[in-house]
Amino acid sequence: MKHADILTALVLLAGALLVVWEGWRLGFGWGTDGPQSGFFPFALGLGLAVCSIVSLVQARALPSARRFVEPGKLVPVAKVALPAAGMVLLIHVAGLYVSSAIYMALYMRWIGRHRWSLVILLSVGIPLVTFLVFEKWFLVSMPKGPLETWLGY
Amino acid sequence: MGEFSNLLMGFQIAITPFNLFIALVGIFLGTIIGVLPGLGGANGVAILLPITFTMPPTSAIIFLSCIYWGALFGGAITSILFNIPGEPWSVATTFDGYPLAKRGMAAQALTAAFTASFVGAAFANVLITFFAPLLAEVALKFGPPEFFAIQLLTFSAFVGLGGGSPVKTLASIFIGFILAAVGLDIVTGKLRLTFGSVELMRGFSFIVAVIGLFGIGEIFLTVEEGLRFRGEKARIGFREMVTTWRELGGYWRTFIRSALIGFWMGFKPGGATPASFMSYSFAKRFSRTPEKFGKGTLEGVVAPETAAHAAGGAAMLPMITLGIPGSPTAAVMLGGLLIWGLQPGPMLFKEKPEFVWGLIASMYTGNVIGVLVVLLFVPLFAAILRIPFAVLTPLIVVICAIGAYAVSNALLDVWYMLIFGVIGYVFKKLDYPLAPLVLALVLGDMAETAIRQSLIMSRGNPAIFFWSPISAVITAAALLLFFLPALSLGWRRLKNVPAPAASHPDHTP
Repeated sequence: MKHADILTALVLLAGALLVVWEGWRLGFGWGTDGPQSGFFPFALGLGLAVCSIVSLVQARALPSARRFVEPGKLVPVAKVALPAAGMVLLIHVAGLYVSSAIYMALYMRWIGRHRWSLVILLSVGIPLVTFLVFEKWFLVSMPKGPLETWLGY
Repeated sequence: MGEFSNLLMGFQIAITPFNLFIALVGIFLGTIIGVLPGLGGANGVAILLPITFTMPPTSAIIFLSCIYWGALFGGAITSILFNIPGEPWSVATTFDGYPLAKRGMAAQALTAAFTASFVGAAFANVLITFFAPLLAEVALKFGPPEFFAIQLLTFSAFVGLGGGSPVKTLASIFIGFILAAVGLDIVTGKLRLTFGSVELMRGFSFIVAVIGLFGIGEIFLTVEEGLRFRGEKARIGFREMVTTWRELGGYWRTFIRSALIGFWMGFKPGGATPASFMSYSFAKRFSRTPEKFGKGTLEGVVAPETAAHAAGGAAMLPMITLGIPGSPTAAVMLGGLLIWGLQPGPMLFKEKPEFVWGLIASMYTGNVIGVLVVLLFVPLFAAILRIPFAVLTPLIVVICAIGAYAVSNALLDVWYMLIFGVIGYVFKKLDYPLAPLVLALVLGDMAETAIRQSLIMSRGNPAIFFWSPISAVITAAALLLFFLPALSLGWRRLKNVPAPAASHPDHTP
């Protein structure tokens, strides 16, 4: 917990300094007719910098006994996060419906070890229902790929 | 009385078949959202916001607010049957609800919870009906300094009353405001914090942030903890319902006390969670049988549920009268208002009375429909949690991705959602509160405009926030709240009292 706290505070501090610099670049003083563009970011960056320094000091005093994540507990999180990122990557090529079908099938079979019949039923059925709800009823268009083009959408 | 005729007009709008149907669908979806882990009120509303784009604004707000009521009901179901608080404000409901369910009294506990929710919400509705027009009338006279003072009060309330680390709360607020500042400066037209990137010019959508922080982040936390759901049976028979109601009549004091606590806490930001805890401990203190609390007494279910729903209703008050949301869910609804082309704030009462009163009337109808739906369909909703986790998890991720994409048809937003998910996961573990971050992101432009206009009015003199009596009082209250953690620390040092054990309730109603 301690190291994660320190690391987070350092990342926030770096971000805050970047914002302060941007505020400086835009000008944070009084323009011709009011505060300049950089006034608000400059003040916010300074505020965040102060907060991150204080929490950095507080974190250093923390006991380092508690871990941020127990070893091995990060594996299930990665098993959700990485395939999810893969799915979003795949949406760029294959569209949302195909990508979500593949993602759900993969997860249900690999993590849940469900029967193939169930996996196929759900991973085809859910995107199909989504398609009807969004494209047909509410006229909200989702990213589409070659399959939808082939089907004439 | 003008309120009555206005309310009557509102009912004429809320009771049209289409709006009743919309309310029913909203309650149903909301309850499912409240039951599912990782889908709370805020991001449930955020995900479903895109499908309201084609609806008339009044139907759209009825739909969203009914999702919100549904999510409040759904939280009680999981707390009582599964000992899993679906929402932070239903934690206190598990204290007595789950022991009751284990003793085979699930039906009684659920009936008590739903009845309590209904009473709490109805109480808040009546107060809103009469207070909202008054508050809006006062707010019409507000200028930029007053609006900025109210925003200051909103965020000071998070720092002073939030419960967690004040420094981390403040950091969250700053992060939210900084994210809101990315993109075009609306006053001067300059680009800010884009660092030459065209993609950053659009800025960050808070709806995407809500879906990522609350939805995806919550999923990560849930799979890390490796939750397994083992629930008690649920079916509410008519006879159980009637006997429970007969018993509940004896707790009228608890109902009134909890509703008052709920409303009082609720119109301040993050109020529902502390209200539910506070009302539980008050009920225990004033009960004739305090020893039964924690082992399963209906009174212990009634108190937090009444308060949480009264608070949930009260959170709508600042949103419709001042345009300042009291909770992330209200913030998402406010975002909806902007998308439908309505300007939230006191002028709404004058310009769009049918919208405001339709919404207020729908709070009555929505709660009647809600309590009927949950009483009849509890087994169905409980069955949702028996769906295997490996099916639910990817489904929720996909639903979140669809919601994030649909906000502005941008795939980049889906990537932002994943990044916000990781941030939400880390922040939640490190006790950085998420609700103030989201509120700052929503209110960022409004707050900045208010402070800049005020400074222009005063030619740069920050004392303007003390010039008018209203803004002076509000600013003073905000400063007091802001320094409350430091003051109470100093007071304890002075009196040599040890600090209470740190508690970090997360306020995300």
